[in-house]
Amino acid sequence: MVQAVSRSESPASSQTSGTVLVEHATKYYKTNTGSVHALEDINLDIKKGEFIAIVGPSGCGKSTLLWAISGLHDLTSGRVVLDGQTVDGPRPEIGMIFQEANLLPWRNLQQNIEFPFEIKKVDSKPFQPRIQELLAEVGLSGFETKFPRELSGGMQQRASIVRCLSFDPEIILMDEPFGALDAFTRDEMNLLIQKLWMETGKTIIFVTHNVAEAILLADRVVVLSPRPGRIAHIFDIDLPRPRTIEETYSPPFIEKIFEIKDTIIQGEYRPDHVAELTRQVAGVARGIEDQFDGK
Amino acid sequence: MASELRDNIPAFGEGGDETQEVGLSNMSALADTGFANNWKEALILLLVACGVIGGLELIVRGFDVPAYTFPAPSEIGESLWHNFRPLYWPHLLVTLKVLLLGYLIGASIGILLAAIITQFPFAEKIVTPYILLLVTTPMIALVPLLVQKLGFGIQPRVIAVALASGPMVMINSATGFRRTDLAKLALARSYGATTFQIFTKVRFPLALPMIIVGLMVGAIFGLLTAVGAEIVGSGEGLGNRLMYYSSRIQMANFWSIIIILATLGILIYVIFYWIGKRWASWQA
Ligand SMILES: Nc1ncnc2c1ncn2[C@@H]1O[C@H](COP(=O)(O)OP(=O)(O)O)[C@@H](O)[C@H]1O
Ligand SMILES: [Mg+2]
Repeated sequence: MVQAVSRSESPASSQTSGTVLVEHATKYYKTNTGSVHALEDINLDIKKGEFIAIVGPSGCGKSTLLWAISGLHDLTSGRVVLDGQTVDGPRPEIGMIFQEANLLPWRNLQQNIEFPFEIKKVDSKPFQPRIQELLAEVGLSGFETKFPRELSGGMQQRASIVRCLSFDPEIILMDEPFGALDAFTRDEMNLLIQKLWMETGKTIIFVTHNVAEAILLADRVVVLSPRPGRIAHIFDIDLPRPRTIEETYSPPFIEKIFEIKDTIIQGEYRPDHVAELTRQVAGVARGIEDQFDGK
Repeated sequence: MASELRDNIPAFGEGGDETQEVGLSNMSALADTGFANNWKEALILLLVACGVIGGLELIVRGFDVPAYTFPAPSEIGESLWHNFRPLYWPHLLVTLKVLLLGYLIGASIGILLAAIITQFPFAEKIVTPYILLLVTTPMIALVPLLVQKLGFGIQPRVIAVALASGPMVMINSATGFRRTDLAKLALARSYGATTFQIFTKVRFPLALPMIIVGLMVGAIFGLLTAVGAEIVGSGEGLGNRLMYYSSRIQMANFWSIIIILATLGILIYVIFYWIGKRWASWQA
């Protein structure tokens, strides 16, 4: 079990609580050919320890929103507030996990994990037990001296998760972290993330274009409309935890997939449309059933 | 400096940000041409070398090739053995001194300039043609002029070596520093890295393989220029000895100097091969 380090020894800033508030976030990108309207008036209130998934069609502004929350990019208007403080640059209580593991190829695994400590000029010694624990948890014990190129994609991404958790950030931002992995490794990683999240109680904002993944992991799924990204709908996922891969084939789960996929396609939540769609699919299913029954 | 990070979300998987290598040589070429991997290979290499030298000896003796055309390998060996300490060593030291001094100056300015100039794309555009001019102009041509101004001391040769190696180092290093991996910059920045930290912990390591290539090419160019400068405008050094022995038709001595020079070149290659293996093997 990996527990959060006690506040006093956390290099992340002190009395943090991990709430994220996005207010009227709007973003225009300036380009040579004009400007791109990427986000329009996004409002989000994320509680401490909440798991939020952001889904939407490609190019709808998911990354833009996440990078604005991280403080790495500016908004055109509106603001992001972490624990009452307006974000205007990278913040120590935030950890990011990228689409690819983004390990530094000239450092071995241990050196990669210690990279945040080096940058923050914090002695990593007191954190070594935690790092060891995390490595064991993700199944990378004994790989400390290996270089990234010697590890598989999944192992690299697990190492990057350890790197992110090692300094105990309050808020973790993930931008399609498992998009480059094969389906099985992806399932594995999702279960790992769920486990780590349940143990540590971090606030996680998780961008994905995989609806099943979003439902599997999240407390709430935020669906963005096509560009400019607006909030089309926010779905509460109140399925019990821990959720398993098998459950992704259960009726309540599939119902959610229907709702969310339809919302992504329609750009808004239309319960009537979802119901119509459900009826159609149920009809098809009944037809197949009849065939099997030999009628 | 972090301006390219302003609004850019790194594109993963497309290799979009990492520019392809356009250096004069590249690290994989360095890493691939290895040395003997085991004693069997070593033995074969040794046998071939013996065969070549022995063959030369036989040809020279068998066809009575006059010594002023090409001395037998055994004569060259003898000359090296007897004359190395008293005759060649002092001149080798002179050449090394010029090479090292000029190279240290040229290479450090080259790396520094590359690190700075790549941060300002427009300035880079302005400067690059001149650097290319320096790279392509044989610096030996400047030596007579420099000698006229500065006399027969080592300064003209040191300057020529610096001018020959510096731009080489710079142009390759610049290629390295231009490899901005946005995702890695973003990673460092997300932990609150300063510009200096981003340079030392991301940009520099990322550029290092190309810097090493530049340093190697620069060193070889430096050596060529040092010897050339000694031929053109110096009373000492290995280049000067080449002129001296050939004018006296002392061909065994002449070829001894050639072998010393070849050894120097190979030594430079070997040193950088190992440096590359040690510090840039992640690249391969
Ligand atoms: N630096 C940029 N300059 C101009 N347009 C951009 C830039 N970054 C993203 N965009 C545009 O903004 C929109 C949203 O991008 P992004 O947030 O990456 O979408 P998503 O992550 O949902 O696929 C896209 O249409 C994209 O082309
Ligand atoms: Mg994206």
